[in-house]
Amino acid sequence: MSAEVHTTTLGIDHRKLGIWTFLGSEFLFFGAFISAYLLYIDTTANAPGVEIFDIPFTSISSFVLLMSSLTMVLAHHAHTRNDMRRMRLWILATAGQGAVFLGGQVFEFTVFYREGLALSSSPFASSFFVLTGFHGIHVFVGVLLLMSVYTLSLTGKIKPGQDVKTEMIGLYWHFVDIIWVIIFTVVYLIPEIAVG
Amino acid sequence: MSSTETPTTEPTTPVEQHKEHPTPRQYVNIAVVLAVLTALEVSTYFFDFGVIAIPLLVILMAVKFVYVAGFFMHLKYDVKIYSRMMYSGLFLALGLYSFAVLVILFDSAPSL
Repeated sequence: MSAEVHTTTLGIDHRKLGIWTFLGSEFLFFGAFISAYLLYIDTTANAPGVEIFDIPFTSISSFVLLMSSLTMVLAHHAHTRNDMRRMRLWILATAGQGAVFLGGQVFEFTVFYREGLALSSSPFASSFFVLTGFHGIHVFVGVLLLMSVYTLSLTGKIKPGQDVKTEMIGLYWHFVDIIWVIIFTVVYLIPEIAVG
Repeated sequence: MSSTETPTTEPTTPVEQHKEHPTPRQYVNIAVVLAVLTALEVSTYFFDFGVIAIPLLVILMAVKFVYVAGFFMHLKYDVKIYSRMMYSGLFLALGLYSFAVLVILFDSAPSL
Protein backbone atom coordinates (compact mmCIF):
# COMPACT_ATOMS: atom_id res chain seq x y z
CA MET A 1 0.00 0.00 0.00
CA SER A 2 1.45 3.33 -1.00
CA ALA A 3 1.58 5.84 1.83
CA GLU A 4 -0.36 9.01 1.16
CA VAL A 5 1.33 12.26 2.10
CA HIS A 6 -0.64 14.32 4.61
CA THR A 7 -0.22 18.02 4.12
CA THR A 8 -1.12 20.95 6.31
CA THR A 9 -2.81 24.11 5.01
CA LEU A 10 0.77 25.42 4.74
CA GLY A 11 1.41 22.76 2.09
CA ILE A 12 4.03 20.93 4.15
CA ASP A 13 4.08 17.42 5.62
CA HIS A 14 2.14 17.51 8.89
CA ARG A 15 4.39 14.85 10.42
CA LYS A 16 7.49 17.00 9.99
CA LEU A 17 5.67 20.11 11.16
CA GLY A 18 4.50 18.12 14.17
CA ILE A 19 8.00 16.94 15.12
CA TRP A 20 9.42 20.45 14.70
CA THR A 21 6.65 21.90 16.89
CA PHE A 22 7.46 19.24 19.48
CA LEU A 23 11.20 20.02 19.29
CA GLY A 24 10.49 23.76 19.63
CA SER A 25 8.55 23.07 22.83
CA GLU A 26 11.39 20.83 24.04
CA PHE A 27 13.73 23.82 23.92
CA LEU A 28 11.47 25.53 26.45
CA PHE A 29 11.45 22.34 28.55
CA PHE A 30 15.24 22.18 28.73
CA GLY A 31 15.53 25.99 28.84
CA ALA A 32 13.64 25.95 32.14
CA PHE A 33 15.96 23.33 33.66
CA ILE A 34 19.14 25.02 32.37
CA SER A 35 17.85 28.33 33.80
CA ALA A 36 17.21 26.66 37.18
CA TYR A 37 20.72 25.14 37.14
CA LEU A 38 22.38 28.50 36.41
CA LEU A 39 20.33 30.26 39.06
CA TYR A 40 21.18 27.66 41.74
CA ILE A 41 24.79 27.01 40.73
CA ASP A 42 26.21 28.63 43.90
CA THR A 43 23.75 27.09 46.34
CA THR A 44 25.76 24.00 47.23
CA ALA A 45 24.85 23.89 50.97
CA ASN A 46 28.26 22.42 51.95
CA ALA A 47 27.79 19.56 49.46
CA PRO A 48 30.18 19.25 46.48
CA GLY A 49 29.80 21.84 43.70
CA VAL A 50 31.03 22.09 40.12
CA GLU A 51 34.56 21.03 41.16
CA ILE A 52 33.24 17.45 41.32
CA PHE A 53 32.88 17.30 37.51
CA ASP A 54 35.29 15.04 35.64
CA ILE A 55 35.72 17.07 32.43
CA PRO A 56 37.96 14.55 30.55
CA PHE A 57 35.40 11.78 31.16
CA THR A 58 32.41 13.94 30.15
CA SER A 59 34.33 15.13 27.08
CA ILE A 60 34.57 11.54 25.83
CA SER A 61 30.82 11.01 26.42
CA SER A 62 30.07 14.26 24.58
CA PHE A 63 32.27 13.22 21.68
CA VAL A 64 30.49 9.84 21.42
CA LEU A 65 27.06 11.53 21.37
CA LEU A 66 28.24 14.06 18.79
CA MET A 67 29.50 11.29 16.51
CA SER A 68 26.19 9.44 16.91
CA SER A 69 24.62 12.35 15.00
CA LEU A 70 26.91 11.48 12.08
CA THR A 71 25.84 7.82 12.05
CA MET A 72 22.19 8.92 12.37
CA VAL A 73 22.37 11.21 9.37
CA LEU A 74 24.15 8.46 7.41
CA ALA A 75 21.27 6.08 8.31
CA HIS A 76 18.79 8.58 6.92
CA HIS A 77 20.91 9.10 3.82
CA ALA A 78 21.07 5.32 3.22
CA HIS A 79 17.27 5.13 3.59
CA THR A 80 16.78 7.88 1.00
CA ARG A 81 18.91 5.71 -1.34
CA ASN A 82 16.72 2.66 -0.47
CA ASP A 83 19.82 0.91 0.93
CA MET A 84 18.05 -0.74 3.86
CA ARG A 85 20.96 -2.96 4.91
CA ARG A 86 23.26 0.03 5.35
CA MET A 87 20.47 2.03 6.97
CA ARG A 88 20.02 -0.66 9.62
CA LEU A 89 23.76 -0.82 10.19
CA TRP A 90 23.99 2.93 10.88
CA ILE A 91 20.85 2.80 13.06
CA LEU A 92 22.51 0.10 15.19
CA ALA A 93 25.72 2.15 15.39
CA THR A 94 23.72 5.18 16.55
CA ALA A 95 21.82 3.18 19.18
CA GLY A 96 25.13 1.67 20.35
CA GLN A 97 26.69 5.10 20.81
CA GLY A 98 23.58 6.24 22.67
CA ALA A 99 23.95 3.24 24.98
CA VAL A 100 27.64 4.10 25.58
CA PHE A 101 26.62 7.67 26.48
CA LEU A 102 23.95 6.38 28.88
CA GLY A 103 26.46 3.99 30.48
CA GLY A 104 28.80 6.94 31.00
CA GLN A 105 26.04 8.96 32.62
CA VAL A 106 25.12 6.11 34.99
CA PHE A 107 28.82 5.78 35.94
CA GLU A 108 29.11 9.55 36.46
CA PHE A 109 26.00 9.70 38.66
CA THR A 110 27.26 6.76 40.73
CA VAL A 111 30.62 8.45 41.31
CA PHE A 112 28.92 11.73 42.28
CA TYR A 113 26.61 9.93 44.70
CA ARG A 114 29.55 8.17 46.37
CA GLU A 115 31.33 11.51 46.71
CA GLY A 116 28.34 13.03 48.53
CA LEU A 117 26.35 14.65 45.73
CA ALA A 118 22.83 13.21 45.90
CA LEU A 119 19.59 14.50 44.39
CA SER A 120 18.55 16.23 47.64
CA SER A 121 22.02 17.39 48.78
CA SER A 122 21.53 20.99 47.64
CA PRO A 123 19.57 23.12 45.15
CA PHE A 124 22.66 22.86 42.89
CA ALA A 125 22.60 19.05 43.07
CA SER A 126 18.82 18.87 42.45
CA SER A 127 18.98 21.16 39.42
CA PHE A 128 22.01 19.30 38.03
CA PHE A 129 20.54 15.81 38.41
CA VAL A 130 17.10 16.83 37.12
CA LEU A 131 18.57 18.54 34.04
CA THR A 132 21.09 15.87 33.08
CA GLY A 133 18.72 13.08 34.20
CA PHE A 134 15.95 14.34 31.92
CA HIS A 135 18.45 14.54 29.09
CA GLY A 136 19.48 10.94 29.83
CA ILE A 137 15.81 9.89 29.69
CA HIS A 138 15.57 11.56 26.28
CA VAL A 139 18.62 9.60 25.09
CA PHE A 140 17.07 6.39 26.45
CA VAL A 141 13.80 7.10 24.59
CA GLY A 142 15.89 7.81 21.48
CA VAL A 143 17.65 4.44 21.76
CA LEU A 144 14.25 2.71 22.10
CA LEU A 145 12.97 4.57 19.02
CA LEU A 146 16.08 3.58 17.06
CA MET A 147 15.69 -0.06 18.02
CA SER A 148 12.00 0.16 17.00
CA VAL A 149 13.02 1.50 13.58
CA TYR A 150 15.57 -1.30 13.28
CA THR A 151 13.01 -3.99 14.18
CA LEU A 152 10.23 -2.51 12.01
CA SER A 153 12.65 -2.29 9.12
CA LEU A 154 13.65 -5.95 9.57
CA THR A 155 10.01 -7.06 9.61
CA GLY A 156 9.21 -4.96 6.55
CA LYS A 157 6.96 -2.46 8.37
CA ILE A 158 9.33 0.35 7.43
CA LYS A 159 10.03 0.12 3.73
CA PRO A 160 12.39 1.73 1.27
CA GLY A 161 10.90 5.06 0.18
CA GLN A 162 9.50 5.73 3.67
CA ASP A 163 12.55 7.70 4.71
CA VAL A 164 10.46 10.40 6.41
CA LYS A 165 10.11 7.93 9.31
CA THR A 166 13.90 7.65 9.70
CA GLU A 167 14.19 11.40 9.24
CA MET A 168 11.76 12.10 12.10
CA ILE A 169 13.60 9.77 14.51
CA GLY A 170 16.81 11.42 13.28
CA LEU A 171 15.48 14.91 14.04
CA TYR A 172 14.70 13.80 17.59
CA TRP A 173 18.15 12.25 17.93
CA HIS A 174 19.94 15.35 16.60
CA PHE A 175 17.89 17.46 18.99
CA VAL A 176 19.08 15.35 21.93
CA ASP A 177 22.65 15.87 20.67
CA ILE A 178 22.19 19.61 20.20
CA ILE A 179 20.86 19.97 23.76
CA TRP A 180 23.96 18.16 25.02
CA VAL A 181 26.14 20.61 23.05
CA ILE A 182 24.56 23.35 25.19
CA ILE A 183 24.67 21.37 28.46
CA PHE A 184 28.32 20.39 28.00
CA THR A 185 29.35 24.02 27.60
CA VAL A 186 26.96 25.78 29.98
CA VAL A 187 26.71 23.16 32.75
CA TYR A 188 30.19 21.59 32.70
CA LEU A 189 32.87 23.69 30.96
CA ILE A 190 32.00 27.32 31.75
CA PRO A 191 31.41 26.78 35.52
CA GLU A 192 34.64 24.73 35.78
CA ILE A 193 36.62 27.51 34.13
CA ALA A 194 34.87 30.20 36.16
CA VAL A 195 35.76 28.37 39.39
CA GLY A 196 39.34 27.99 38.13
CA MET B 1 15.65 -8.13 4.32
CA SER B 2 18.14 -7.06 1.75
CA SER B 3 18.96 -3.84 0.01
CA THR B 4 16.83 -4.98 -2.93
CA GLU B 5 13.54 -4.26 -1.15
CA THR B 6 10.92 -2.60 -3.31
CA PRO B 7 10.67 1.13 -2.65
CA THR B 8 7.34 2.43 -1.35
CA THR B 9 7.22 5.96 -2.65
CA GLU B 10 6.30 8.53 -0.07
CA PRO B 11 5.61 11.69 -2.07
CA THR B 12 6.74 15.06 -0.83
CA THR B 13 4.48 18.08 -0.86
CA PRO B 14 5.05 20.83 -3.47
CA VAL B 15 6.33 23.25 -0.84
CA GLU B 16 8.87 20.69 0.37
CA GLN B 17 10.84 20.43 -2.84
CA HIS B 18 14.11 21.26 -1.12
CA LYS B 19 17.73 21.61 -2.13
CA GLU B 20 19.98 18.56 -2.49
CA HIS B 21 21.27 17.27 0.85
CA PRO B 22 25.01 16.74 1.48
CA THR B 23 26.77 13.54 0.40
CA PRO B 24 28.11 11.02 2.98
CA ARG B 25 31.61 12.41 2.42
CA GLN B 26 30.37 15.91 3.19
CA TYR B 27 28.64 14.62 6.34
CA VAL B 28 31.93 13.07 7.47
CA ASN B 29 33.73 16.38 6.79
CA ILE B 30 31.14 18.21 8.91
CA ALA B 31 31.63 15.65 11.70
CA VAL B 32 35.41 16.22 11.54
CA VAL B 33 34.85 19.98 11.93
CA LEU B 34 32.55 19.29 14.92
CA ALA B 35 35.18 17.00 16.46
CA VAL B 36 37.89 19.67 16.07
CA LEU B 37 35.60 22.30 17.64
CA THR B 38 34.91 19.93 20.55
CA ALA B 39 38.65 19.36 21.02
CA LEU B 40 39.13 23.14 21.10
CA GLU B 41 36.38 23.44 23.70
CA VAL B 42 37.98 20.78 25.91
CA SER B 43 41.40 22.44 25.53
CA THR B 44 40.07 25.45 27.47
CA TYR B 45 39.95 23.16 30.50
CA PHE B 46 43.60 22.10 30.17
CA PHE B 47 45.14 25.40 29.04
CA ASP B 48 44.66 28.89 30.39
CA PHE B 49 42.89 31.01 27.77
CA GLY B 50 42.45 33.93 30.18
CA VAL B 51 39.51 36.27 29.69
CA ILE B 52 38.68 34.94 26.22
CA ALA B 53 37.93 31.42 27.50
CA ILE B 54 34.22 31.91 28.26
CA PRO B 55 33.38 34.01 25.15
CA LEU B 56 35.30 31.44 23.07
CA LEU B 57 33.27 28.57 24.57
CA VAL B 58 30.00 30.39 23.86
CA ILE B 59 31.05 31.01 20.24
CA LEU B 60 32.16 27.38 19.77
CA MET B 61 28.87 26.16 21.27
CA ALA B 62 26.89 28.40 18.89
CA VAL B 63 28.91 27.23 15.86
CA LYS B 64 28.42 23.56 16.78
CA PHE B 65 24.70 24.21 17.30
CA VAL B 66 24.33 25.84 13.88
CA TYR B 67 26.33 23.06 12.19
CA VAL B 68 24.23 20.24 13.67
CA ALA B 69 20.93 22.08 13.08
CA GLY B 70 21.86 23.29 9.61
CA PHE B 71 23.51 20.19 8.13
CA PHE B 72 22.46 17.14 10.18
CA MET B 73 18.89 18.36 10.83
CA HIS B 74 18.76 19.75 7.26
CA LEU B 75 17.46 23.16 8.33
CA LYS B 76 19.78 24.72 5.75
CA TYR B 77 17.98 22.78 3.02
CA ASP B 78 14.37 22.54 4.29
CA VAL B 79 11.55 25.07 4.24
CA LYS B 80 12.09 28.06 6.54
CA ILE B 81 9.10 27.35 8.79
CA TYR B 82 10.98 24.48 10.47
CA SER B 83 13.83 26.84 11.38
CA ARG B 84 11.31 29.31 12.77
CA MET B 85 9.69 26.60 14.90
CA MET B 86 13.04 25.62 16.39
CA TYR B 87 14.51 29.08 16.90
CA SER B 88 11.26 30.44 18.38
CA GLY B 89 11.50 27.70 21.04
CA LEU B 90 15.16 28.52 21.62
CA PHE B 91 14.60 32.27 21.94
CA LEU B 92 11.60 31.76 24.22
CA ALA B 93 13.88 29.63 26.44
CA LEU B 94 16.52 32.39 26.45
CA GLY B 95 13.78 34.90 27.27
CA LEU B 96 12.65 32.73 30.17
CA TYR B 97 16.20 32.65 31.58
CA SER B 98 16.63 36.43 31.15
CA PHE B 99 13.32 37.02 32.92
CA ALA B 100 14.32 34.74 35.79
CA VAL B 101 17.67 36.55 36.16
CA LEU B 102 15.91 39.93 36.13
CA VAL B 103 13.48 38.83 38.84
CA ILE B 104 16.35 37.63 41.04
CA LEU B 105 18.34 40.85 40.43
CA PHE B 106 15.39 43.01 41.42
CA ASP B 107 14.63 40.76 44.36
CA SER B 108 18.19 40.98 45.71
CA ALA B 109 18.60 44.74 45.01
CA PRO B 110 19.00 46.90 48.14
CA SER B 111 15.76 48.65 49.07
CA LEU B 112 15.66 52.46 48.84
